[in-house]
Amino acid sequence: MTPPVDPVELAKGVYWIGALDQGLREFDVILKTANGTSYNAYCVRGSAGVAVIDTVKESHAANFFARLEAVARYDEIAAIILNHLEPDHTGALPELMRRAPQARLYISFKAQIMLKGLLKSEEATQNLAFTPVDTGDSVFLGDRTLRFLHTPYLHWPDTQCTWLEEEGFLFSGDVFGCHFCDPRLFNDKTGDFRFSFEYYYQHIMRPFREHVLAALDLIEPLDIKLIAPAHGPILRDAPANYVRRYRQLAAPQLANEADGDKTLLIFYISAYGNTARMAQAIRDGAEEIPGVRVSMYDLQGGEVTPFVDLVEAADAIVFGSPTINGDAVKPVWDLLSSLAVVNVKDKLGGAFGSYGWSGEAVTMLEDRMRGLKLRVPVKGVKVKLIPTDAELDLCRAFGRDLGLHLTGRAARRVISMEELNKEYANA
Amino acid sequence: MPKANVTFEDIGVTVTVPAGTRLIEISEKVGAGITYGCREGECGTCMMKIVSGMENMTERSVLEDKVLQENMAGRHHRLACQAQVLGGEVVVRPG
Repeated sequence: MTPPVDPVELAKGVYWIGALDQGLREFDVILKTANGTSYNAYCVRGSAGVAVIDTVKESHAANFFARLEAVARYDEIAAIILNHLEPDHTGALPELMRRAPQARLYISFKAQIMLKGLLKSEEATQNLAFTPVDTGDSVFLGDRTLRFLHTPYLHWPDTQCTWLEEEGFLFSGDVFGCHFCDPRLFNDKTGDFRFSFEYYYQHIMRPFREHVLAALDLIEPLDIKLIAPAHGPILRDAPANYVRRYRQLAAPQLANEADGDKTLLIFYISAYGNTARMAQAIRDGAEEIPGVRVSMYDLQGGEVTPFVDLVEAADAIVFGSPTINGDAVKPVWDLLSSLAVVNVKDKLGGAFGSYGWSGEAVTMLEDRMRGLKLRVPVKGVKVKLIPTDAELDLCRAFGRDLGLHLTGRAARRVISMEELNKEYANA
Repeated sequence: MPKANVTFEDIGVTVTVPAGTRLIEISEKVGAGITYGCREGECGTCMMKIVSGMENMTERSVLEDKVLQENMAGRHHRLACQAQVLGGEVVVRPG
């Protein structure tokens, strides 16, 4: 299939001027791209000027400029709108600014701190003319109006959408996009890209589920005729279906049956049953606290993906691992290293485990959880080999403390710096 | 030596410390959720919110002020690797 060389008209005076990257097989290290990707940029012509919406990755700038030149002169460009400043959409920006120095940039408020870092050169940042915009702000091109929607964290703090009012076109940035390169461009012409759409949501948007829901509140009332995302097919056939699918993906699937209780999940793995016994005692302790619902999972018997789903919906997660060769064991790390796709910030965390010679695993797991921005209010429990009855009592107390913190009933602890230093030295 | 009470709201712990102590000296030992990157006031990773007691903290240095501005921090934010407590009560949380 030969890629289109010319710009592609979406409506009279509205053009796709992006670039196709068919050979790409991995995006930003983290995403597989079996079908490559596209960097979609758009040009909107109004009676009083031209707007360019987003650019492309620097390596593909030549295609972008060729298509742009086919539909507009540089001196006609009044506005450059950046829905998202990530380099795959702004790679051609410095050169575009050089060729169209009169054009004004329109970016979100949060994009401002990124802009100078992106342009780098003094030439580009001197006399930089940009306008930060928010929901309700507009750019008028005479007979056409581009209105902005503030949709942050989809998937960067700076992201926004642009609404071409007269046509009902939503230039959505990365939202509703996917890595799927098909020269036929439109969703009613391309190959089946549904797996890419879902995969993109799961890996890029899912950590920002709450922000997706807030953005949908802004987007759903619009009478959308076409969605023009920054990657993948342009959605002109039944665009509302894609909006609806985002609502489904971002909303909880089954109602959580915890019924107002705080949910605490214990994930453990045990070589000789010692860490498992600790897990049971922690569960018993936590269940003593009214309003706490505990679930326990043996990591040895499960796969990572469904556990990630459980973590997403939980209020607290507690990890139990033996220490083997000075480290927590791989299945625990596998789960902890897979949590980047969900939001775990401010969940409550804890760690415990049995060990033989040294007990580093617990501290390492606690540090990892803090790194993920969980709260780790209760110091973890380490037990040398087989837990005694007294040590199982400590585990129950640990579970109770976690439950108290989870339900906001923990007493505030007061400690002096001297005591803290002693505790820290003995840890 | 004058003392100050620093409360880490996310974990419910108050530490009594000598005046002049930097937050970074306490928060890791106590297990609060503030995380660190460069530890030298340049990266902004350890940005925290002062819930109350800002008047009991040292003034922002030029460097800290620049980093906070770059990170679009509000007036209640400080860098835990830079800010020192002077006395009284201070309540902080990650963020």
